[in-house]
Amino acid sequence: MTIGLHHYLAVAAILFTIGVFGIFVNRKNVIIILMSIELILLAVNINLVAFSAYLHNVVGQIFAMFVLTVAAAEAAVGLAILVTFFRNRGDIAVDDASMMKG
Amino acid sequence: MALQAIAFYVLALVTVAAGLAVVSARNPVHSVLFLILAFFSAAGLFVLLGAEFLAMLLVVVYVGAVAVLFLFVVMMLDVDFIQLKQGFARYVPLGGLVAGILAVEMIVVSSTVASRGAASANDAPMAATDVSNIESIGRVLYTHYIYFFQASGLVLLVAMIGAIVLTLRHRPHARRQVIADQVARGPKSGMRVVSIKPGEGVGE
Repeated sequence: MTIGLHHYLAVAAILFTIGVFGIFVNRKNVIIILMSIELILLAVNINLVAFSAYLHNVVGQIFAMFVLTVAAAEAAVGLAILVTFFRNRGDIAVDDASMMKG
Repeated sequence: MALQAIAFYVLALVTVAAGLAVVSARNPVHSVLFLILAFFSAAGLFVLLGAEFLAMLLVVVYVGAVAVLFLFVVMMLDVDFIQLKQGFARYVPLGGLVAGILAVEMIVVSSTVASRGAASANDAPMAATDVSNIESIGRVLYTHYIYFFQASGLVLLVAMIGAIVLTLRHRPHARRQVIADQVARGPKSGMRVVSIKPGEGVGE
């Protein structure tokens, strides 16, 4: 009944897989793709914090904090690109976004 | 201990279910709300692990900033989301198969790491000491990792400037205040003396 490290790692693995699955099945909707990336980074954070707690070492939590920073920056820039893309194209279907193809 | 196990299972189930709802919800606004739920219950898992500071950071940064930003963009964009949902059912079987295999592999590997790796020596998370979680983070973060901390600040600055540059729209017809022109304007350029003959008025 005790909760060990592998319980947390299993939750993180399942969450990571859900994020990858979300990128697979929502290939057109870039907003859902960005949210799936956030889920993947959350899974990584759960892994880091779980190892930090069970190794009795606080450095993992600091690394999780940096991951959080990068995730916030990535979400801001991604959504800004999305808004610009929507302004230029009128929709956000990314499966045929080939404007930069030379 | 049993209470901790119950809390873990409830939080883990809610996190996973909310994650599944994020990728499968029909309405993107519902997706964002489920994302908030996933972050919240993950913060609960962090509290169970003894990482209170990161749990609060997750709530403040993710729920307070990132998820609200998502919500803002989803509501601002006028997009036919039903049309974007097409092809969902086509990719589910293959995607589910790949994701299932990936999940099983990762769980096998991680349980092996948990039982044989360096963390297997400790069977309990960090015990509470007289030094609080936030204090121990601060002691390490501001000494050994100070350059990384500064660099993360730079990352945020660059992301902020990038987001502003990307979304800044230059409208050529908008009238803007130009202070230099206003200051340089004198009586010679701003005023014209017109001599008018009596009874005729000013003709354009």
